[in-house]
Amino acid sequence: MGLTITEKIFSEHAGKEVKAGDIVEVPIDMVIGNDITTPISIRAFRESGAKKLANPDGFSIVLDHFIPAKDIASANQAKISREFAWEQDMKNFFDEKDMGIEHALLPEKGLISPGDVVIGADSHTCTHGALGAFATGMGSTDLAYAMVTGGNWFKVPETIKVIFSGKLQEHVTGKDLILELIRQIGVDGALYQALEFTGDTIATLDMDSRFSLCNMAIEAGAKSGIIAVDDITREFLNSKNLARKPKEFYSDPDAKYVQTIEIDVENLEPVIAYPHLPSNGHSLSKAVEDQIRVDQVFIGSCTNGRLSDIEVASKIVKGKKVARHTRLIVTPATQKILEEATEKGFVKDLIDAGAVVSNPTCGACLGGYMGILADDEVAISTTNRNFVGRMGARSSKIYLSNSAVAAASAIAGKIARP
Amino acid sequence: MSKLEGAVWKFGDNIDTDLIIAARYLNTSDPYKLAEHVMEDADPEFAGKVKKGDIIVAGKNFGSGSSREHAPIALKYAGVSAVIAPTFARIFYRNSFNMGLPIFELEEGDEIEEGSKLSIDMDSGSIENLSNGKSYKFKPIPEFMQNLITAGGLMSYAKERVENE
Repeated sequence: MGLTITEKIFSEHAGKEVKAGDIVEVPIDMVIGNDITTPISIRAFRESGAKKLANPDGFSIVLDHFIPAKDIASANQAKISREFAWEQDMKNFFDEKDMGIEHALLPEKGLISPGDVVIGADSHTCTHGALGAFATGMGSTDLAYAMVTGGNWFKVPETIKVIFSGKLQEHVTGKDLILELIRQIGVDGALYQALEFTGDTIATLDMDSRFSLCNMAIEAGAKSGIIAVDDITREFLNSKNLARKPKEFYSDPDAKYVQTIEIDVENLEPVIAYPHLPSNGHSLSKAVEDQIRVDQVFIGSCTNGRLSDIEVASKIVKGKKVARHTRLIVTPATQKILEEATEKGFVKDLIDAGAVVSNPTCGACLGGYMGILADDEVAISTTNRNFVGRMGARSSKIYLSNSAVAAASAIAGKIARP
Repeated sequence: MSKLEGAVWKFGDNIDTDLIIAARYLNTSDPYKLAEHVMEDADPEFAGKVKKGDIIVAGKNFGSGSSREHAPIALKYAGVSAVIAPTFARIFYRNSFNMGLPIFELEEGDEIEEGSKLSIDMDSGSIENLSNGKSYKFKPIPEFMQNLITAGGLMSYAKERVENE
């Protein structure tokens, strides 16, 4: 019996063949913390008596959630990470000067390589699976354990193989593929399991879309999402000074899957997840028919804050105006994306249309700051979660979509077709 | 291990970590401040009503969403002694063990009514509803996790490593 790509990555790290269900302790290539989860890890690290990180180059802290500080408490919280980073002389510490949302920033910096085992104290760490790595979210204590020992324990997950086939229609993206999958299997449809994305649709999907797709694996309860390396991955990596040599693994033809799901996406429309679960997906046609007025449109986050998102949004709003009762907030995921979007004129087109373009931050996506919803307000957002109260007031409502639909909705003032 | 006893609070399916502790309160990791806002978006009065030792009985996929360890911390410091659900989201499951919030997988939780008194015997793996005498067996904790608990939690392994260096 063959092995899946995930089993192969774990086998390579464990130094022996391991299979789904085995519990292994393996070294970790990159451990990621952020401003809200790392302080608890640092506390646990100190309590363990440790003085030095076991693998300093394999640890990163990205201040992205509430930075630039939204209040005194957030400033004090960030200070804990800053002081730790300076004390440890950390190479991979990303503060305001160099900021970005962790799951966009690390791949951009070449800090994730194919074949890596990556953990982060952030549930959307699964994003990095788009580079053919095993990547999963954990809590702060698990992060601390990795800081002290350089590794952690894992139960090698079973895998669900998801085969997407067919050519995508215009304005249908990786975001729509994952929303469609979650619509079909539910928010716990892949609990504890890895999602392996494959098929001819994936073969033509650009990296931005692949990151969006893997990003929301957690929204189906999955431990990880993964796409094997191909020429599109290699091209993305070519321009980077990679921290580690890529190791390409591929699932064997006779690998064992717990389930195989085939989805023909030839006729798939953009998918809109209605409140209050990412699994509550409906077609864009239905959403347009439902005449859903929106108070706020948000384009950004680790799901959809990349250059192609900003580009498509700017092209859709260019020369038009955001509806009078609607606000459009655009948050590029990294400083580099913001810089490129500025150079290419995207930022100007957005601002001219009435958008506010912010610094990179996770802020609005999790109801932290920079775009909080008022009581009973309705938003369409390119983020990953539409839970009750996620972006603000408990009575507010969030519809999730791709960036093109969000931009068109800002102009129309209601959910609209791009 | 010992027995846990407390009154039941019921919640539905997919109680996510934003409901357990909203991100607007994550500008601190002070456990008592987090506890003041526990379950706020699921039941705004919960933090005021919950008493030390109380037990949450919820629907499937409890703790879904973010990896914030603040969620089990808020529950624990609000006095919640255990959470019972048919299934738990993976990261929450692991976090709860790591920070010492007992959680139990039980399919028949929907039979248990709010306000019932439960007694959980962690050694025998049983849950007794003291209000009506019914008893249940919770799904055994995986052996690996049991060993982890016996050893005093994940960070005790880390301490051992540091001391042996």
